[in-house]
Amino acid sequence: MIRHVLGRLAATVFIAVVLAFFTLPMLWLASAPFDDTPTITTSIPDFTLRNFAAILDNPYALGSIRNSLIQGGGAAALVVVLAALAAYALSRVRVPGRDILLYVLLLLSSVVTGTAAMVPIFELATRLDLIDTHLGVVLVVSGGLLPAAIFILKDFMDETPTSYEESARVFGASPLQILRHIVIPLVRPGLATIAVWALASVWGGFLFQFILLRDPEKAPGSVILYTLYTEGGAPRLDLISTFSLLYSLPVVAMYLFVSHRYGFRFHGGIKR
Amino acid sequence: MISLNGLTKVFPGGVRALDGIDLTMADGEFFALLGPSGCGKTTLLRSIAGLETPTSGTIRIDDRDVTRLPPGDRDLAMVFQDYAVFPHMDVTDNIAYPLRIKKVPRAQRNTTAAEVAARLSLTELLHRRPGALSGGQQQRVALARAIACHPAAFLFDEPLSNLDARLRLEARTFLKRLQRELAVTTVFVTHDQAEALALADRIAVMSQGRMIQIGTPAEIFHRPATTFVASFIGSTPMNLLPAQVTPTALHVAGATFPTPPGLAPGDHVTYGVRPEYMDLSPTERPDAFPGRISVLENLGTHTLVTLESPDTLIQLVVPEGDEPPIGTPAWAVPRRSLLYRNGDLLPTP
Repeated sequence: MIRHVLGRLAATVFIAVVLAFFTLPMLWLASAPFDDTPTITTSIPDFTLRNFAAILDNPYALGSIRNSLIQGGGAAALVVVLAALAAYALSRVRVPGRDILLYVLLLLSSVVTGTAAMVPIFELATRLDLIDTHLGVVLVVSGGLLPAAIFILKDFMDETPTSYEESARVFGASPLQILRHIVIPLVRPGLATIAVWALASVWGGFLFQFILLRDPEKAPGSVILYTLYTEGGAPRLDLISTFSLLYSLPVVAMYLFVSHRYGFRFHGGIKR
Repeated sequence: MISLNGLTKVFPGGVRALDGIDLTMADGEFFALLGPSGCGKTTLLRSIAGLETPTSGTIRIDDRDVTRLPPGDRDLAMVFQDYAVFPHMDVTDNIAYPLRIKKVPRAQRNTTAAEVAARLSLTELLHRRPGALSGGQQQRVALARAIACHPAAFLFDEPLSNLDARLRLEARTFLKRLQRELAVTTVFVTHDQAEALALADRIAVMSQGRMIQIGTPAEIFHRPATTFVASFIGSTPMNLLPAQVTPTALHVAGATFPTPPGLAPGDHVTYGVRPEYMDLSPTERPDAFPGRISVLENLGTHTLVTLESPDTLIQLVVPEGDEPPIGTPAWAVPRRSLLYRNGDLLPTP
C-alpha cells in the first residue's frame, strides 16, 4: 500500500518537474514583457507597459512583422499551389519510380535549406539578382518546404476516391472544373495544414533570411530579434521578451483559426 | 440505343479485358452485364462511359459514333458502386451538379433538383450532407443526380452491392420500377446472378472478356448456352454430371436414359439438371439417380437435399416437410434436363 502511494507520488513529482521544465519558458514569455527589469528568471512582474512603448520606438520592429507576413504568406501560397498540383499529379498519374522520387526529394529538402547548401544558394541568389529581395527568400524557403508538402498532400489526394472525379467527368466537367469543384474542396483540410505549417516554418526561420537580406528594412522578425542587443553585446531582455511575445501572437492566432475552421487531420493510411 | 462493334481493350500489362465484344442494347432496355469478377464487365461499362479508351472497335449511342468522344460529350449518366456522392455538397447541390456544369442558372437548377428529389422521396434530406445519410439514401441521391441530367442512357456499376441484404431487395424493386417509369436505356454491371435475373430485360453473360450468352432472364435460366453459364446462373448451382454415350443408352451417375439423336459413342457429354427440376422417389427407377441422403439444408420454404451416390454428389430441392431422413436410400428423378457436348448446349429434339 505504502509502496503504491510512494510510487504514485514519485510519478506525479516527476511529471510536475518535466512539465515545469517545458512551462517555465512559456511563463517567462508571458511575464517578462510586463516586467520593469526582466531577468532570465521567471517571477511575478513589477508590472509596466513601458517595454511595449520601447519596442514600438524601434524603427524596424513593426516593419519586420510585416516582412515576416510577406515572406511567410508568399512562401505558404507558393508551397500550397505547387505542392497541390504536384501531389495531385503524382497521386493520379502512374509515374515509374514515383515513390523513390518522393523519398529522394524528401531527403534532398533538408539539404536545400540546410547549412551545406548555403554558399551555392547565396551564389545563385547573387547571380539571379535575388539578394535583398522578398522574392529571393520566398523562393529559397519554398524550395526547402515543397518536398515534405508534396509528400503530405499526396497522402490526402490518395485518400480521395477517383470515382468522385470520374463521376464529375461523366457529367461533362472539365479538368479545371473538377479541380475547383471536387478535388480542392475535398483536400481543403490538407491544404490548410500545409499553409499553416509553411507559414510557421518561415516565421521561425532565421539562417536564409539573415544571409539573403542586407537591408534591415526588409528583414523579418526572426532576424530583427537578433539585433536587440546593447552596444556592449548584452541582450536587451526587456525588448527581446516583448518582441518575442508580439512576434508569436499572429502565428498562435492563425493556428487557432485554422484549427477551428478545418481541424488538423493527418489520417493517412487509415481506412474510413 | 447503344451498339458496340468489335470492342477490344488490352491493358498496358497485356491483359485482354475485352475481346471483340459485339452487342446492341435497344431503346428503353434494362440490360445486365453479368459475370464473375475479372470477366471484363466493369471495363466494358467504363468504356461505354468513356472512362476507358478501347484499343479497337466502335461504340455508337443513338447512331452517333462516340468511341473517341470524352465522357462528358456522350450524354450518359453513371452511378458508381460507391455512389460518389460529393461529401462537401448538400443533397441539392449534389443533384444539381450536372446542371451546374451545363451552366443552368442556380434558381432553375435548384427547382429541378427539388423535383427529382421529390420523385425519389428525398425532399426531407435536401439540405443534408452525404455524411448524414444512410447507404440507401446516398444511393438515391446518386440516382437523382443521374436523372437530373436527362441522359440518353444510364450506366450503373454494381448498383446494389453496397447495400445490406434486406435493403437490397427493396432497392431492387425500386430500381426496376424507376427504370420502367423513366423508360431510359439502362446498362448495369453485376456479379450477382439473382440481381441480373430479377432486374434485367436482357442479360449478357461474360467470361474472360468475351460474351458467352445474350438473352432474356428466362432464356438464360432455362437454356444456358455453356456449362459455364449453367454453373453460374441459378441460386442453387445446376448439377453437371459426366455422361457415357453407348449406341443404345446414355449412362449418367447410375441412371440410364435413351440416347438422343446426334450423339455418337465416345462424345464428351455433360448431363445438366437443376436441383429445382428433380423429384425424389423412394423406390428404384431406371431413369433416376440412386444415392443416399447425406445433407439437408433448410432454405425456408424448401430444403436442399444432397444425395451421395458412389462417385458423385447430386443436389435437389424438395418442398418443406417432404425431407427424407438422413442416411436413407433415395432416387432423384429429373423432370427437365440439358445436354452439353464439349461444354456447349445441344439442341433439344
